[in-house]
Amino acid sequence: MFLSMNWISDFVDLSGLDKVKLIQQFSLSTAEVENEIFFKGSDISGIVVAEIKSVENHPESKKLHLLKVDTGENELTDVVCGAPNVRVGMKTAFAKVGAKIGEIEIAPRPLAGAMSYGMCCSEAEIGISDDHSGIMDITDDVANGTDIKELYAVDDIVFEVDNKSLTNRPDLWGHYGIAREFAALAGRELKPLPSEDLNAYSELAKVDMKIEDPLCQRYSCLQVENITRTVSPVNMRIRLFYCGMRGINFLADLTNYLMLEMGQPMHAFDSRKVGKIRIKRFDKPFTFQTLDGVERNIDENTLMICNDNTPVAIAGIMGGLDSEIVEDTTTLTLESATFDAASIRKSTVRLSHRTDASMRYEKSLDPEMCDAAIARFLYLLKQYDSGVKVVSALTDEYAFRYDTVKLSFDKAFVDRYTGIEIGNDTILKTLNSLGFTVTLNDDTFDVTVPSWRATKDVTINADIIEEITRIYGYDNFAVHTTRSPLYPVRMDTVKNDEDKIKDILVKRYSLHELHSYVWAYSDELKSLGIEVEPNIKLLNATNPNIETIRKSMIPTQLCQIKTNVGYAPEFGIFEIGRVVTGIDENDLCVEKKMLAISLYSKTAEVRDLYFKLRDMLAVLTDDLKHKTLGFQKTEPAQGYIHPVNCNTILLDGKPIGYIGIAHPVVMKKLDKKANVVFAELDMQAFADVKNASIVYEEPSKFPPMDYDISVVVPEGVLFSDLAEKWQNEGKGILKSAKIVDTYDTQSFHSVTVRFEFSSNERTLSSAEVQEIMDKVIANLKEINVTLR
Amino acid sequence: MDNRIETLKQEILDKLGQMTSLDELDKLRVEFLGKKGKVTALLKGMKDLNNEEKKSFGAEVNRLKSAASQHIDERVAELKQREIEKEIAAMPQFDITAPAPLERGSYHPITLVQRQCETIFKSMGFTVEDYPEVVTDYECFESVNIPKHHPARDMQDTYYLENGQLLKSQTSAAQNAILRKYGKKMAEDGVPIKAIFPGRCFRNEATDASHENTFFQMEGMMVDKDISISNLIFFMKTMLSEVFQRDVKVRLRPGFFPFVEPGFELDINCEICGGSGCSSCKHSGWLELCPCGMIHPNVLREGGVDPDKYTGFAFGLGLTRLAMMKYKVKDIRDLNSGSLKSLAQFTDDEA
Repeated sequence: MFLSMNWISDFVDLSGLDKVKLIQQFSLSTAEVENEIFFKGSDISGIVVAEIKSVENHPESKKLHLLKVDTGENELTDVVCGAPNVRVGMKTAFAKVGAKIGEIEIAPRPLAGAMSYGMCCSEAEIGISDDHSGIMDITDDVANGTDIKELYAVDDIVFEVDNKSLTNRPDLWGHYGIAREFAALAGRELKPLPSEDLNAYSELAKVDMKIEDPLCQRYSCLQVENITRTVSPVNMRIRLFYCGMRGINFLADLTNYLMLEMGQPMHAFDSRKVGKIRIKRFDKPFTFQTLDGVERNIDENTLMICNDNTPVAIAGIMGGLDSEIVEDTTTLTLESATFDAASIRKSTVRLSHRTDASMRYEKSLDPEMCDAAIARFLYLLKQYDSGVKVVSALTDEYAFRYDTVKLSFDKAFVDRYTGIEIGNDTILKTLNSLGFTVTLNDDTFDVTVPSWRATKDVTINADIIEEITRIYGYDNFAVHTTRSPLYPVRMDTVKNDEDKIKDILVKRYSLHELHSYVWAYSDELKSLGIEVEPNIKLLNATNPNIETIRKSMIPTQLCQIKTNVGYAPEFGIFEIGRVVTGIDENDLCVEKKMLAISLYSKTAEVRDLYFKLRDMLAVLTDDLKHKTLGFQKTEPAQGYIHPVNCNTILLDGKPIGYIGIAHPVVMKKLDKKANVVFAELDMQAFADVKNASIVYEEPSKFPPMDYDISVVVPEGVLFSDLAEKWQNEGKGILKSAKIVDTYDTQSFHSVTVRFEFSSNERTLSSAEVQEIMDKVIANLKEINVTLR
Repeated sequence: MDNRIETLKQEILDKLGQMTSLDELDKLRVEFLGKKGKVTALLKGMKDLNNEEKKSFGAEVNRLKSAASQHIDERVAELKQREIEKEIAAMPQFDITAPAPLERGSYHPITLVQRQCETIFKSMGFTVEDYPEVVTDYECFESVNIPKHHPARDMQDTYYLENGQLLKSQTSAAQNAILRKYGKKMAEDGVPIKAIFPGRCFRNEATDASHENTFFQMEGMMVDKDISISNLIFFMKTMLSEVFQRDVKVRLRPGFFPFVEPGFELDINCEICGGSGCSSCKHSGWLELCPCGMIHPNVLREGGVDPDKYTGFAFGLGLTRLAMMKYKVKDIRDLNSGSLKSLAQFTDDEA
């Protein structure tokens, strides 16, 4: 919203103050001001009122005219002018030789062979409107030679406030409310708003008007006749233009002017079309043509202003084309109303039509403004069109009143909240200047919130704190640290594990951490031949490609790998991210935080790559939990996982994730010549496993003894199956069993296992070790594992 | 007899001269000085001599023995020395200036800035909280004083799910849970609530170089008796000075956020121009950085904390924005691109 300092100065005397500084202060205390401040009129000078005394056609040009103009000096000035609207006796804005318009300095110059000593200006050239159809037509009776800046308020300082920062301030959607802030900031008086006494017309007949719907809070109207003026006063037009509005006609301009001044939207109907005003909703949807000529679909939730049963305006949004003021309108009905803010907001969204009026109504306007706006409107109307006649009494139905907000707090509350000392006088003065009624008894402040702040904005004591402190100025705060007591804090396990895992994967294994989206990108997955797993969907995804939430991060990582094929012949990526695995019995998403790792290699054999990943997981678990992982062969449920070598990862016997190889179908599309392996771990399940404490074992003083056996292992028998066969043997002295060699031929698979025995108490004898090994070998025979 | 000693001595010396390896020297030692060696053999031939002769011959043989041993030892030492020299000579000169391959992993830049922030807050006794990405309407809006149809919901286009839940549009969604988690301990033991909660947030909007539908924020809050606006300003300034590793100037402006009252927009002086105005700060000398404010009494109450006894402040930091500022990332989409060309550059960066 653009604001004019001239307009603000109508209501508060800011003379002698640095306006730019005040605007900056406003930005820090009230609402955000955009950086660029516009110094209107500062780039023009030397433009005066001049009267056209003669008009002749230019001998060399069809478009140009030769004029003689009276600039208030002794001699007439010769000017060549191309405007179509020149006529003798017309007064216009004239840039004399030496005048400045922007970068241009006016100098005598020949135009098609005739000398021109100056320039007649359009309003656009002076910067007071966008009208460049012809030169300015000054109808005011004024002496020739008068500087245009003396005649009109061309000079102004205009600034823009970010509308978003006014969301909670319905009172700041007009200049008068803004002026109140400036008055408070400058410590000056806010002048009352001159308006007409509407009681003078109470004897006249009322308008037939009735609110039939609770969504209308208040509806005020008044009928007037005999409006003869059609063109707005220049100063009014300039203000509207500076504030970003185009001049239309006197009546439309005046409603806009009032809206920009008080923040209250108004509407004028042709009284012939609205004899019986009813405010209501309709049971059935219908179409309605608004005054911009657009047919709009109105549904049963949209509040309408009607002439009996005929809709004439969408309440709070826009009037209808049929009831608009037209040329032969003689009597008009002025509307000033307030409506339920949420209802207007929703209608605006449904209609996708946001107007200057609806923007204001959405903010919860003060219903107290309804009649006040009419009184002010009438005052301005009479100022500019003295023949206007009021033909009805003010007709006003006040259906919904906001409660008066009264607050009470003591000085200690202010001190506690601010942390600084703000004196009672400052508190009283600040609140008074903002329109609050305050009394101080002992240490207690009793505050009545003004109606314009009481619609939703100021409701609790903390709101008052804001009023006091923002005017006090945050830059003026003495700042200090807290006095809170100290206690140890404990960090979350998942978070701790997360940090350590990232460090190990990055620093030890040179993996790269990536981020991704929580939904499944169906197009990308399709290009890898991966079906999106059915899962909960977004209701309002703008792109159908992203509507399903992912169940696993692995498909995401396969897409990421595809993105990076060509980055390096071998790389690994990981992410700790979220998936939704389903819906629980309370209809809530089961969200899980997962660690996903994928390794890609063009060079490594798939077995080596697979074991590289397995080893990483083993190291993570050993490092963080001091525990050993278990694995259990499983049938993959998803098409992107290779049916062979998919294993559930077990920790403390509980499944915490899986490890697998990319399915050949996927690899054909991803990279035929490479291998990809991946694992996905449930972070919470991982974190829930307590880490085993470190038990120190004194190194044995006695020599250890190794015993190697080479065995033939039948297909399908795993090392873990072998290990079961010795886990109960040699208790206390069998320290470890490791594979030291493997040997495969066409006909058999053989491994050499080295058993390490040692005791802290004695030197072991070959005989006792042999005895244990005999048992182990016998046990192994049970699963057909025999010595080679 | 004397002759034999002399001859043997000469023989040893001759052979020593031909020795080139330690192995040969060992053999030589055995050949002459071993139990069955040639020198020992001399002693065996002494039985024919008289006592006097025995004594003098024995002494001579012993002299020979020790002289030979010494010669051999010297020769061993010499050969060992030569071997070391050979080994030294065999060592090539390495080109240490050849480029190192630097095989290394990378952290996501968000992780790096998040860790830097976490370190600062942990040092001040804040806990770091984790929170889901799918939340309820209550968590994200109702509980933080944004009732249905509140215009504030206009500000953020939220992704809703079929079951009525939503992808959290702000980290404030965690406020209620955190107040509940620690509120009791505060009421009973006087332990203030000090927590930060970093996390992914989602906004349903079209993406471009400066807009993302998925980004990271970090929210923080502190609740105790007598937490004031003055504390808030002090804290924000201290915290941001740590984050930016310089003495940051802060400026507060009123800002409307339903979960705080009063609410502020916090600006810091522009690092690039130092406050004199440049294109980065749109010539204002200030950068809008984070919303903050005093926690709204309704939010405290809804979290089970008595607003008449306790006050608190809360703030939100855009981690994505911080990462972009810190590493001068121009296109926000690079961060979620999954492209290693962009993202593998971020190695560890502890503050």
